[in-house]
Amino acid sequence: MKLWTKTVLAMLPALMLLGCGTSGEVEDETDSGVSSSSSTDESGSSATTSGVGSGDMASGEGMGEQEAGFSGDPLDDPSSLLAKRVVYFDFDQTEIKSDFRAIIQAHAEYLANNSSVMVTLEGHADERGTREYNIALGERRANAVQRLLTLQGASASQIRVISYGEERPAALGHDEDSLALNRRVEFIYNR
Amino acid sequence: MYKIKLFTNTVSGFYLLLLAGTAQAVLNIEITQGVEGAVPLAVVPFAWQVPPQNPQTPAELLPPKKPPIDIAAIVRADLARTGRFEPLPPKDMLARPNVDSTINFSNWRIFQSENLVVGTLQYLGADRYKIRFRLFDVFKEKQLEGFSFSVSGNNLRRAAHQVSDIIYEKLTGERGAFTTSVAYVTAAGVGKARRYSLWIADADGYGPQSMMRSREPILSPAWSPDGTRIAYASLEDNGHQAVFVQNIASGHRDKVSSHKGINGAPSWSPDGKSLAVTLSKDGNPEIYVIDLTGKKQRRLTRHWAIDTEPTWTPDGKTIIFTSDRGGRPQLYQVPSKGGKARRLTFEGKYNAKASVSQDGKKVAMIHRAGGKYRVAVMDLKSGNLRVLTDGSLDESPSFAPNGGMIIYATSAGRRGILKAVSVDGNIHQRLTVPEGDVREPAWSPFPQ
Repeated sequence: MKLWTKTVLAMLPALMLLGCGTSGEVEDETDSGVSSSSSTDESGSSATTSGVGSGDMASGEGMGEQEAGFSGDPLDDPSSLLAKRVVYFDFDQTEIKSDFRAIIQAHAEYLANNSSVMVTLEGHADERGTREYNIALGERRANAVQRLLTLQGASASQIRVISYGEERPAALGHDEDSLALNRRVEFIYNR
Repeated sequence: MYKIKLFTNTVSGFYLLLLAGTAQAVLNIEITQGVEGAVPLAVVPFAWQVPPQNPQTPAELLPPKKPPIDIAAIVRADLARTGRFEPLPPKDMLARPNVDSTINFSNWRIFQSENLVVGTLQYLGADRYKIRFRLFDVFKEKQLEGFSFSVSGNNLRRAAHQVSDIIYEKLTGERGAFTTSVAYVTAAGVGKARRYSLWIADADGYGPQSMMRSREPILSPAWSPDGTRIAYASLEDNGHQAVFVQNIASGHRDKVSSHKGINGAPSWSPDGKSLAVTLSKDGNPEIYVIDLTGKKQRRLTRHWAIDTEPTWTPDGKTIIFTSDRGGRPQLYQVPSKGGKARRLTFEGKYNAKASVSQDGKKVAMIHRAGGKYRVAVMDLKSGNLRVLTDGSLDESPSFAPNGGMIIYATSAGRRGILKAVSVDGNIHQRLTVPEGDVREPAWSPFPQ
């Protein structure tokens, strides 16, 4: 265990460099995520995600090396952007907010580099409005994430889209913070 | 002499459910708002008559010691539940006349009872019963109706609802819906233990029967026009959605649609031969008409927007559906044979999930106003829209077959409950189950 930790620590500076060097765009996105986290009606969810996101120095090409340091799969690396598996949406919207583009890009790159890995995108909606419309809304959100994943290198055959609409809320409250947590797409890796 | 009509409707089209059900999901119905000045009336406990017996009568042929059900109590509850009648409690009654008695109307005038119902339940032997009743106008001292019909023991409760139907129609001029049923979905338990069930119960909440149970959500139950089958969407097979048609009596079900993506929101054509459904197999949700084998399908909408929640108009000529093609969800109408969709709703930014009254004149929907999602009803001819409820998260409105009430789902605190509202907005009922959530109500057609 100790040896393993040392290996990772020794690799960190290199990984950080890689992360900064290869994807300036990722940093930009992360910054904008932080700045926007206090605005909009989804402040709760944005705060959670951007908080972890900003600590994620290792991303993009860094993955390959990390793989060796961890248990063989970067999906298990808690400090990776891949640890973020939820994308949140504004009310009645299916547009992907800039805060989540870096996360989706990390997943796209992971899928592109691991063509045998399958992911299910679960679309969800908050409780407002009718159930079947919300099933459609959840699917449209999941499709929006799928589109971005495939544009960034993932294969459509690796991705399955399903929608639960408002049927499986992540938070049970009726307040805006709860509703914001329920308007989401979840990455479920089938491993 | 009063004329007694022979009531020949011997509950032949009666569809009772054979599946095992438990009592845990019994709907409790209470009036939360009635009409001011509900009509006072008296329904006297029905007299119990048994044929004369002799000591040689074998035990198995002996009549029940007391009446198997209290018909008058069921009729009182039915009429009270409409919010339009106020039945006199039996303990206040000064006399208990039956169908063969001479009526002393002054006994009822002093309570201002406008109408009086007297009756007799007679045991005929071999599990057969005869029900006779008379309905009087107390102030005119005149009989309005007289009926006699016989039923078997297991149809007594339904026969009591038929008595309510007859009285209600005579007094209001509108057809009663007391012999109808309601389908609904319950959800109980949390996390992995959450279970969804599809139920069918009498319109008064009695006798719920479980149609199916699942770990995954059940959506959009819809009655076939003849009331023998129910279609629904179910998220089974690991989140994959499919549309099923289930025979109510046998419990047998067929999967009629399970394409990639959404298979949901089934609505029966008035001839019972087709279903309008939402399918997203071609990329985004569109309305299709499919036959009951699922083999034939016809695409009705072609738009990048969400098109869902189709419902046929009773003439079978058009389908009303929800679409956000104008930027926000609104109701649209399209010919069921195909053609151009026409926008129906213009008031407000959210109108969805239409239910059409049997006469084809009114459309109930979920309407958003001031951030609240409420049941509204629109007159199709004039386009006038009226909000009927004061909830904030109303869903799934469904017209009673007589067009008088609309049942819908809403939330109370953190629980899902059902409510019903009269189409004029004056009468409000609340329907609850002892535990868990109840949602997705669908009022049955009239029994055939």
